[in-house]
Amino acid sequence: MKVLQVIDQAFRTTTEEQDDTIIWLTRSMRSAGGELMLLLSGHGVHYAVQRRRQPALALGAWHQTEPAEITRDLAGLVDSGVPVYAVEEDLADRGLAHLPLQNGVRGISRQGLATLYDSADQIWHW
Amino acid sequence: MNHSHSKDSHSKESKTLTFAFMDPPFESERTVTFFRLLDTALEKGANVRIFAYEGAVALAFARQQPHGNSVHGRDSNAENHPLTRDWIAALQQKAVARELGFEWINCGLCVDERGVNEVIAGCGRGGPPDLWRYASEAFNTLTIGTR
Repeated sequence: MKVLQVIDQAFRTTTEEQDDTIIWLTRSMRSAGGELMLLLSGHGVHYAVQRRRQPALALGAWHQTEPAEITRDLAGLVDSGVPVYAVEEDLADRGLAHLPLQNGVRGISRQGLATLYDSADQIWHW
Repeated sequence: MNHSHSKDSHSKESKTLTFAFMDPPFESERTVTFFRLLDTALEKGANVRIFAYEGAVALAFARQQPHGNSVHGRDSNAENHPLTRDWIAALQQKAVARELGFEWINCGLCVDERGVNEVIAGCGRGGPPDLWRYASEAFNTLTIGTR
């Protein structure tokens, strides 16, 4: 079975969880042998062009030491054999189209989504 | 709310549905809708398997307590405040009565970070490999992410 994970929200609980929970879930299921693909759409395309680690949170004397590192997590996903796509029109809508995609992330047009969706047995839209 | 799609390669005889859910109790209408979907799945004769992720692990927390409501002018018994642990128990009983499966696994790490380790009977602890196993064996999977 092949599952396409669709992330259309960016930075959802990334401060508290110190990662994106669906990227984490995908990496974990990949480690368990799952055959997965990842599509970044909507606000989720921010991950495809992100270069810097999330700023650490400081509240009073409490300081975060391990803030989210989405760039590293996405690279790990690609290295593990999970294809990662970002919707080109969603990048353009957000003024991000001029930025290089993170290594291994592939751009895909909205028109190409039908083929991508059809290549999966299930679509999990988070 | 989003649903997943299945190709025709899945057996139409299979009646097991997998649900992955992320929302906590008492915060979102998605939670009520999720439970109504579970109830309907059982009503239609489907076995149900649930993977509770992130805030959803609190749905089965055993220490949920009903409370009275002075604005309503009712004490705890009269108010009969809804608790998601009771909804889960009710669905477990419904599944037994209909000789259907009803399995519930909480993401263990999500449980730990929230301190909701005490869960009602019949709800277990696991992780993403359980979701993958559930989904691989199911007729289809519905994922409901938080917003």
